[in-house]
This record gives sequence, structure tokens and C-alpha cells, in this order.
Amino acid sequence: MGYYFKKVFLIAAKDLRIEFRSKEKIYSMMLFSLLVMVIFNFAFEPGAEYIKDVAPGILWVAFIFAASLGLSRSFVLEKEEDCMQGLMLSPLDRSGIYLGKVIGNFIFAMVIELISLPFFAVFFNLSLTSALPPLMIVIVLATFGFITVGTLFSALSVGIRGGDMILPLLLFPMQVPVIISAVKSTGLIMAGSGIDTYSQWLKLLIAFDIIFFVASFVIFEYLIEE
Amino acid sequence: MIEVSRLWKSYGPVDALRGIDLKIEKGEFLTVFGPNGAGKSTLLKILSTIIKPTSGKVNIDGIDISSANEDARKRIGVISHKAFLYGNLSAKENLLFFGRLYDVPDLEKRIEELLAEVGLAHRANDMVRTFSRGMLQRLTIARAIIHNPAIILLDEPYTGLDQHAARMLTNLLKKLHTEDKTIVMTTHDITNGLEISDRIVIQILGKIVFEDRSSNQTVESFERVYFEKVGEGK
Repeated sequence: MGYYFKKVFLIAAKDLRIEFRSKEKIYSMMLFSLLVMVIFNFAFEPGAEYIKDVAPGILWVAFIFAASLGLSRSFVLEKEEDCMQGLMLSPLDRSGIYLGKVIGNFIFAMVIELISLPFFAVFFNLSLTSALPPLMIVIVLATFGFITVGTLFSALSVGIRGGDMILPLLLFPMQVPVIISAVKSTGLIMAGSGIDTYSQWLKLLIAFDIIFFVASFVIFEYLIEE
Repeated sequence: MIEVSRLWKSYGPVDALRGIDLKIEKGEFLTVFGPNGAGKSTLLKILSTIIKPTSGKVNIDGIDISSANEDARKRIGVISHKAFLYGNLSAKENLLFFGRLYDVPDLEKRIEELLAEVGLAHRANDMVRTFSRGMLQRLTIARAIIHNPAIILLDEPYTGLDQHAARMLTNLLKKLHTEDKTIVMTTHDITNGLEISDRIVIQILGKIVFEDRSSNQTVESFERVYFEKVGEGK
């Protein structure tokens, strides 16, 4: 088992090294996330009464679209020079390739989200200090759910023409439970409500994460075979 | 030793392989010739466990590769016209990555030796995206043999190489052949294919239609046979 996870982390570390070196993905994701916040900042008056109602939506539009930008590039890296075949030839179970990719994509998305969050608080004049611990739980759960399915669909769409266009078309309908749960629970947390008011949304996120992670983990091997 | 029996692969209504039988002895160098669409790459992809056959069996050193993929993969190195290397990693970083995937012992030393062997020691820390096609192919060889595989599979390795790079590749393959590796290569390059292999086969429309020792053929005689067989196959 240790052998398996060593290889999984090797793949994740390789992806992170390549992406942090080229910085193409991190810049485009970061820019997109900040741009969304800046544009909404012009549209809505910071500090206005209604801002707490619209802020959760703005936050998740920025996070989800930035993450999907990163996902679309995830397997492009493996397509160049047919590196995917190099990974498939290694003595690692193919589920390990999926897991390595999920870890890499998850870390990437989390980095972008953690950098964006303070900007979000400043742009919309929100104090997130007390809301931060529960908000982080929601961010981690929703990002993981988005990445597990997104990584699978990214592998699916990279081999086909117009894959960049097909990825969001496949991904977003599947992500409706994650997006609704994330937006609703973020709104309740920002409004200062107790955990009992948004616990059902957290349960939905946890259930989605477990079900779709296991399903994607099992399906991946069949998906990448020619 | 590689034993292939009644290997069949269909992609929907298209039969890429139609009952291939092959036996490749340990240390033997077999070259598979054939026109485009003959199913040569499909054969190598099945031998390397990338794809599964529709029916038939492949045994590598007595291991049925359909039931023990991970074990079989440790014994195989694949060289294709694609490098399977990451452009934004250096030559050394690429080899470190693949070496660790295969748990190669004393990896740093092995990488130094391999880079020296393929003449890339002076470019060890350069990004692979800056390499020429010939250099990339030499690094591909280092990547494929980093785990010292007993079996080497080569899919059109001469594609895109200039004469100098092709000569270098031939010399490297000759050296691997002397190290008792079992080698299977697909190519369109009759001159190089005949020169370095022990045995040659012609594959057309998913079937082996001709088989001989390389030493029995000259380039001219083999070209005659090849075009005759390809003509028959159409």
C-alpha cells in the first residue's frame, strides 16, 4: 500500500512541479478568479446591505470557473509527447494515475482559492475571520467534489476534438449538487447562522464526494484504455 | 521469451489483428515490417499492456499479461516515435520521475550512466523542450531502459530522425541486443530493420504473412518480397 501511495504522490508532485515552473495554469486561474471578483465589485456596492446575499454566488463563480480552467489543462500535459502512455506503462495500477492527478488538481485549486479569499473579503468589505473555520470546511469539501469528477472528465475530454468546450458541458450539470450546497452553506455561514442550519448541505457535499470519488476511481482505468 | 497465440483485436467492425501467432526467444531481435494500417502498433500496444486483446493470449516469461499487468510491465521498456517525456522537466528530472515509478535502485548513479551512454550527460539539466528530435529520441531510449527491462518494444523508432540520429539509434539498439535483451521493433525502414534484427516478419491486414531469418535476406531481395506481399494483401 505504501508503494502505491508513493507512486501516487510522485505523479502529483510531478504535475505541481511542472505547473509551478511554467506558471501558465496558475496565472490564468488566478487572473480569472480575481477578474470575476473585480467585475462584480464594480456591479455591487461594497458594504451594501444586500452584499451578503450575493457574495456567496460571486465567490463560487470565481472558484468554480477558475478550477475548471485548471482542469481543462490537467491532461493536456499528458497528451503532449504521449506521456499518458508512459504513465500507463509503469508498474502502477491505473487508478493510481487518477489519484495522483486528483491530488495535484486539488492542491492547485486550493492554492488559488486560498489566495483569492482575502481579495474577496477586501473587495466586498466582508469580515470573514469568525466564519473562516466553517467556510474552510465547505471550500475543501466542494473543491474536492468538483475535482474528483472534473479530473475524470478532463481525461475523457482531452482525447477528443473540441474537448475544451465539451468539458464544461459535461462537468457543470454533474456539479449542480456541489454548487448549490457550496453556495447555500457559504451564505448561511456568512450570515452567522449555526451549523444546524447548513449541516444538511455539508452532508450532501460529503455524500457527493464519497460516491463520485469511488465511482471515478473505479471507472478511470476503463476510460483511458483505447 | 514472448509467446503470442491467436491474438485478435477488433475496434468495432474493424479487425486490426486477425489471429497472430508469434514466438520470440529470449535475447532475440524481431523486426515487424508492414504497410500503414497493418496493425503493427496495435500488436506492440497489446504486448506492452497498453490495450487488451479481443481474444488470444500473450505470455511474457511465462506470465499471462492479461492477469498480471503490473508484473509484466516491470519487464518491458517501450520506445515509440513519441517520447513520453515532459518538456518542462529537465532530462535528469524526467529520468528521476520514471526511475522512481519503477523503483530503480541507486537511481542517481543509473541516470548518470545512462545519460553518458546516450551522449546527453552535458544536457542533463536542460529542459527537454529545448532538445532536437535526435536528442529527444536518445533520451527516450534512456527513459525506456532505466529499469533495465528484459524486453524492449520499439514502435517506428526511426520516424523523424535524420541519418546521423538514425545511425546513433541503430548503434544503441545493437548494443542493447548484445546485452541479451529481447527486442521487438516495428518499422518501415528496411535497411536498418534488416541490419540489426535476427528475424523479420511482414504483417499485412492484421496477419503475419512472411517470416525469415534476417541473414537469409539482402535489402534488394527483401524489398522484392515485401512489395509482392503488400501487393497481394491489397
